[in-house]
Amino acid sequence: MSKQTFHGGVHPYDGKKLTKDKKIREYLPKGDLVYPLIQHIGAPAIPVVSKGDHVLTGQLIAREGGFVSAPIYATVSGTVKGIEPRRVTTGDMVDSIIIENDGLFEEVEYEQPKPYKELTREEILALIQKAGVVGMGGAGFPTHVKLQPKHPEKIDYVIVNGAECEPYLTSDYRRMIEEPEKVVGGLKIMLRLFEHAKGIIAIEDNKPDCIEKMKALVKDNPEIMVKTLKTKYPQGAERQLIYATTRRQLNSTKLPADVGCIVDNIDTVTAIYLAVTYGRPLMNRIVTITGDAIRNPRNYKVRIGTSYQELIDEAGGFLGKPEKIISGGPMMGFALFMTDVPTTKTASALLCLSKDDVSRFEPSACIKCGRCLEACPARAMPNLLADYAAQGRKEEFVAQSGMECCECGSCSFVCPARRQLTQAIKTMRKQILEDRKKK
Amino acid sequence: MSDLLKVSSNPHVRSRVSTTSIMLTVILALMPSACFGIWHFGYRAAVIILISIATCVASECLFELILRKPFTIRDCSAVVTGLLLAMNLPSTVPYWIPVIGGVFAIVIVKMLFGGIGQNFMNPALGARCFLLLSFASLMTDFNYDGMTSATPLAVIKSGGEVEVWDMILGNTAGTIGETSVIAILIGACILLLAGIIDLRIPFSYLISFVLFLCIFSGEGVNETYIVAQLSGGGLMLGAFFMATDYATRPITKKGQIVFGVFLGIMTGLFRLFGASAEGVSYAIIIGNLLVPLIEKVTRPVPFGGKAGKKA
Repeated sequence: MSKQTFHGGVHPYDGKKLTKDKKIREYLPKGDLVYPLIQHIGAPAIPVVSKGDHVLTGQLIAREGGFVSAPIYATVSGTVKGIEPRRVTTGDMVDSIIIENDGLFEEVEYEQPKPYKELTREEILALIQKAGVVGMGGAGFPTHVKLQPKHPEKIDYVIVNGAECEPYLTSDYRRMIEEPEKVVGGLKIMLRLFEHAKGIIAIEDNKPDCIEKMKALVKDNPEIMVKTLKTKYPQGAERQLIYATTRRQLNSTKLPADVGCIVDNIDTVTAIYLAVTYGRPLMNRIVTITGDAIRNPRNYKVRIGTSYQELIDEAGGFLGKPEKIISGGPMMGFALFMTDVPTTKTASALLCLSKDDVSRFEPSACIKCGRCLEACPARAMPNLLADYAAQGRKEEFVAQSGMECCECGSCSFVCPARRQLTQAIKTMRKQILEDRKKK
Repeated sequence: MSDLLKVSSNPHVRSRVSTTSIMLTVILALMPSACFGIWHFGYRAAVIILISIATCVASECLFELILRKPFTIRDCSAVVTGLLLAMNLPSTVPYWIPVIGGVFAIVIVKMLFGGIGQNFMNPALGARCFLLLSFASLMTDFNYDGMTSATPLAVIKSGGEVEVWDMILGNTAGTIGETSVIAILIGACILLLAGIIDLRIPFSYLISFVLFLCIFSGEGVNETYIVAQLSGGGLMLGAFFMATDYATRPITKKGQIVFGVFLGIMTGLFRLFGASAEGVSYAIIIGNLLVPLIEKVTRPVPFGGKAGKKA
């Protein structure tokens, strides 16, 4: 079968061999756990516990702050130490619930739902909403909202994003190897929500073992297809993935549902499976601790709220002195200036690099080579957009499709003059989005 | 050493290709032509190449020194300009010609317009045209095998016969770097394999040129004539090394095709109907001037259609 792909893209060093064969280990946190009330897109969660309260693993500690929001659950048993602003991966201070871990991991009893085939659409959605499932690929959009498009009957495809195109990340890979049945189970539940939809599990061709495993698992389910994608960054970007698997195109003004698609990432689908099958809230995720500056790169099942510093210690600490630590992958992750930040629902990796490419090179003049145009998956002109951004020309920026940028970083990656194209475009986009909000 | 971590916006990794590595690859790709030129025309060719490069590098250096700008010669683009300029000079010119040409290329065409990436025409070609206009007789005096001889294109133009194989191998009169088609194509392969250029401009240029010849030359589809026209003059060097210059060709893919076709037509016009047998240099610098316009009308349609319009 032919491999599916999109226009543009780049081929960065993928670094996956560091952790590809490392089995997922469960890590039980030792220190305090920190739960930022914003781990998703939408309204912040509202605490339902207060200082001094005793909580159990799996107990609700913050309810959703609106329809577009998600509840948060304790992932250890212990005492609420307080609710105060804490630093998160993006560098912002966010109000967070802090729980002192008693190390006992006493867990609440979960209410066992009926088998999913007996549940109604509304019941399934309620279970997902209650579990606090959000898009765990990075965006953190509340999943129950995504699964309720205006016209559910017009959804033709539910796509499971197993591309994992970010370099170094192997959390989705390990999940597909070790727990593929949960992924397929989650997809089957999602398909119950959309009567006309077919399921697609999309995987890059650098993971042939996953493709085989998935194909074997779904061979009796004609409504589910496994599609092989060409290995290229950003293959897993939503619009690019939809195009690669269905040939449907959409721009920034549309939602995937507008072209009949719903896309969710591997970890999210697994969380849906656990929520609907066992009534378990979203409490952990797979995090890849990797990079050339960490002693034992590995994949961990981490409880949400665990400090990154604990994970670094668990992985044997640093090898030499890291120059850069990134939450997420090297293309779209956030550089950290401190390691005492909590693992959130959207944290896919902790990457420790001994060398920082960005500060090593000085940006120089654009030579108009056109590499950024070729790399841009949105088919915009990053060189031009970066100029408009530098000159504050917002109208031209929008007219030249600046808002189509998905901030994938491909333009900065390829730029031989080492210009900070993505940074300039990203900043301008933020300003324009803020202006639009004000209106 | 500081214990602080480095922080920046994404992405955190960079490709290994840099401006300098691109320029070094272009220099490597010009080596077959340069070496053939030296072997074919003798030590004078080597001296001219060296003077031209040295002048270009020194001009850029001095310009930045006087204006207190940061030095940019480490990107090696001045070396490329110097080398390309020398490729476009006859081996018989006096040694002060590459000096004047180099200063003109770097100071007037490149630096005054803002330096690398900002020049509106190819510096080496700008300088060549300047020299052709200013020192016409020196620049068209082709001495080969110890005697002044006409270039194959001039022979064709005056209705004479030429030896096509000699033109492909490079055993003819001409400028230092343009005579050997084989040497140029070896260099072009290096550029293509290294991903520095693609075939859009060279192919659209050469194909449209051939079509123009077939229609207007009066020779019809005459293979010998077409091969001679393709191999003669600066066409191959121009199509692969000059027209593909990043700063002075359209950045858009569609624009590159338009640009190539325009160059093909212009070259055909100059060669068939112009006073001179040669036309590549003028075609390219006129094309260079149209680049902003071509870019403007060939901007890519964003993925998923333009926002605001219903797709």
